[in-house]
Amino acid sequence: MLTLVYHHARLQLGAAVAFCLLANRLSAAPPIVEMPNSTAATAAEMKPYTDVIGGTDVKFEMLPIPGGKFTMGSPESEHGHKPDEGPQHEVKIEPFWLEKYELTWDEFEVFMFTLDIDRRKITSQPSTDNDKLADALARPTKPYTDMSFGMGKDGFPAISMTHYAARMYCRWLSAKTGRYYRLPTEAEWEYACRAGTTTAYSFGDDAKQLNDYAWHDGNSEDSYHKIGKKKPNTWGLYDMHGNVAEWVLDQYIADYYAQFKGKTAIEPLAVTQSKFPHPVRGGSWQDDAVDLRSAARKPSKKEWEATDPQLPQSVWYLTDAEFVGFRICRPLHEPTAEEKQKIWDAGLEAEGEGGRIIWPNGEPPKK
Amino acid sequence: MSSPLQPLPSSNNSASNSSRREFLKTSGVAMAGAGLAATLGIARQAHAAQNDDAIRVALIGCGGRGGGAVLDAMSTGNNIKLVAMADAFKDRLDAKYDDLKKAAGDKIAVDDDHKFVGFDAYQKAIDSGVDLVILATPPGFRPIHFNAAVQANKNIFMEKPVATDPAGVRKVLQTNEEAKRRNLIVGVGLQRRHQPGYLEALKRYKDGAIGELVAARAYWNGDRPHATPRQKDRDATKTEMEYQMRNWYFYVWLCGDHIVEQHIHNLDVINWFKGETPVRAVGMGGSQVPRQPGDGEIYDHHAVEFQYADGSRVFSQCRQISGCWGQVSEHIHGTKGAVHLDAGANRYSVNVNGGEAWNWKNSGSGPMPNPYQIEHADMQAAIKNGGSYNEADYGAKSTMTAILGRLATYSGKEISWEDAFNSKLSIMPTEFSWDAKMPVNPGPGGMYPQAIPGLTKVI
Repeated sequence: MLTLVYHHARLQLGAAVAFCLLANRLSAAPPIVEMPNSTAATAAEMKPYTDVIGGTDVKFEMLPIPGGKFTMGSPESEHGHKPDEGPQHEVKIEPFWLEKYELTWDEFEVFMFTLDIDRRKITSQPSTDNDKLADALARPTKPYTDMSFGMGKDGFPAISMTHYAARMYCRWLSAKTGRYYRLPTEAEWEYACRAGTTTAYSFGDDAKQLNDYAWHDGNSEDSYHKIGKKKPNTWGLYDMHGNVAEWVLDQYIADYYAQFKGKTAIEPLAVTQSKFPHPVRGGSWQDDAVDLRSAARKPSKKEWEATDPQLPQSVWYLTDAEFVGFRICRPLHEPTAEEKQKIWDAGLEAEGEGGRIIWPNGEPPKK
Repeated sequence: MSSPLQPLPSSNNSASNSSRREFLKTSGVAMAGAGLAATLGIARQAHAAQNDDAIRVALIGCGGRGGGAVLDAMSTGNNIKLVAMADAFKDRLDAKYDDLKKAAGDKIAVDDDHKFVGFDAYQKAIDSGVDLVILATPPGFRPIHFNAAVQANKNIFMEKPVATDPAGVRKVLQTNEEAKRRNLIVGVGLQRRHQPGYLEALKRYKDGAIGELVAARAYWNGDRPHATPRQKDRDATKTEMEYQMRNWYFYVWLCGDHIVEQHIHNLDVINWFKGETPVRAVGMGGSQVPRQPGDGEIYDHHAVEFQYADGSRVFSQCRQISGCWGQVSEHIHGTKGAVHLDAGANRYSVNVNGGEAWNWKNSGSGPMPNPYQIEHADMQAAIKNGGSYNEADYGAKSTMTAILGRLATYSGKEISWEDAFNSKLSIMPTEFSWDAKMPVNPGPGGMYPQAIPGLTKVI
């Protein structure tokens, strides 16, 4: 097994796709690692619970989010409204759990640096069935430099990972725990952020109150901060506004909402097709107040990896996106294995398309 | 926030930037100046029939950085064509050709006759009628390749570091005297020297913003850049030379150890601000993370105190251990304040008596341009316009600074620059072939020996 792990830790994407065929077979049904309060058959049975990354002390908290309908997007009258936030439309959301805090380095580094495997080696612990499934999945290559950029690790949100890396983390965590984790869809994210509100922020329309709820350009002192240091929204979620902007599962499509005008969108998801752009939500420690609004969307850009000095550029890290992180989601009603696979594999090949030049004038210089 | 590739910086006072602006103004105009003829004469004549104004490039060393350097060179808006490639390994070359072709299309004009493989591939690429060579092999080969390129009258962009031992550094300095005599353009991949945030901070430092330098700190603390062994398990490699070259990062003759390969960036910044190199060093280091058979010989942490001639000290740390405090930055402390420089996070500031007197972000200078692009734009401006442009002396001296640090940590002794620089130490193989006798070999159980402070004699 160790040999397998060694090789796999360094797989680039093409090979990773091939390997997924093997992983598919392995990950059809990872055993469920029992955790108090983590099972529910109905929405009413859902409770907050704490999950643990197997073989480590690293814990994370999940909060139940009731299903319901909400109005997605913002009205043109909202201060800071942008065209991609409209038209407002109704969305129906099924119940899910969402991570209470932004995902930390403590969590992400177990995956990123194979700390679980190292620990098993050092303590001579055998691999569990879950470990074996998780070890068979691709892990990030090692970063060229310190990806926290000196802003802190313990208890701080993980940043600078690609959308692909965030998705692969979820896939790996699903194998480790036996519970199905993924990124929230853009609709789920906004629904959870709003927590029943229709105002610009989850606490109202007054940006002056933002300092109580969020780290943003005006109060962050040029750095992200430890998770959970500001007030939560009414559903108990911390740092939905600000600190780090958060990846969601969808591809970014500027006029995606147009198709739902006057209709109710049921669990909408723009399936991933390419490396860029994906939406990030909630704004970050670098953004102004208007960019932290519940409806605000920002598309990721090729420039977020501009100073990656390698070719091909990393499929795991974005050298110039020290403001991007994520949190994880778990739907109450798990999709079938086949549906999960579709979500895992969406856009995989395109994600590997690193190293394209951005020419100064948008096209190769003419002779 | 991000560092967009465009536009090229225009709000900057440095000399290099003004030459770039000048160049951009004249770019595309036919050049026939005496300076140009002097620099490009030989190569130009060879390509008179090509009838285009492209700068023709050979890439020597087809790894991730080599490919990145080609794209950086092409990102300036100038007409750059890659026409030759060289690597010790055919599979590496072919993979990089595909990557580059996909990324840059027609700008990659390397036909099969201009793909050179093996230990002598570099010479064939240099001799294939090019204007500029990019040297991006593992650094142990740099002195040899630099010399060959200079002898062939080529302009050169070479990646840092430029050697892995003192003999290599001396060779580069000696070769560079010839390069200067021939007025060749020589760039070295220490891109912080081209980064506007650094240049602005340096200007303020030189103007006396923080008084006299008292001490400085430099860090490259992060994760290991590759798992070990990086590629190809032992069974898949035919000889020890192939195994070491495919895992070059973990062998001192090839890489210099990570203090030389990476931390040189931070040590170079200190030398640059200080205007000189240290006179001695003490330090400690080692390898804390348990090693596996087949892992190489480099350390995973070094902490070095460098002393400069005026008695000022530089405290340096570099670490490649996962899950630890991360930091890649430089800090200059003066009698009145401090300069803080962090290229990764794009933070550059000058503090005076505790308060912040200047920082890049609040200075209205706009987003930070991509320094990998700027260094090539600056160099291409010199190639096109003529004039002197040579970074090899400081590249070699900063390489030596990092090597001095390694000698201090490997030996556990106080080591002077003079003794280190003049030492007879050479860690390179005496012959380059697939079955060559290697400077280091695995012991029983596949473990490579590492330096032991107090016991290992380094010079």
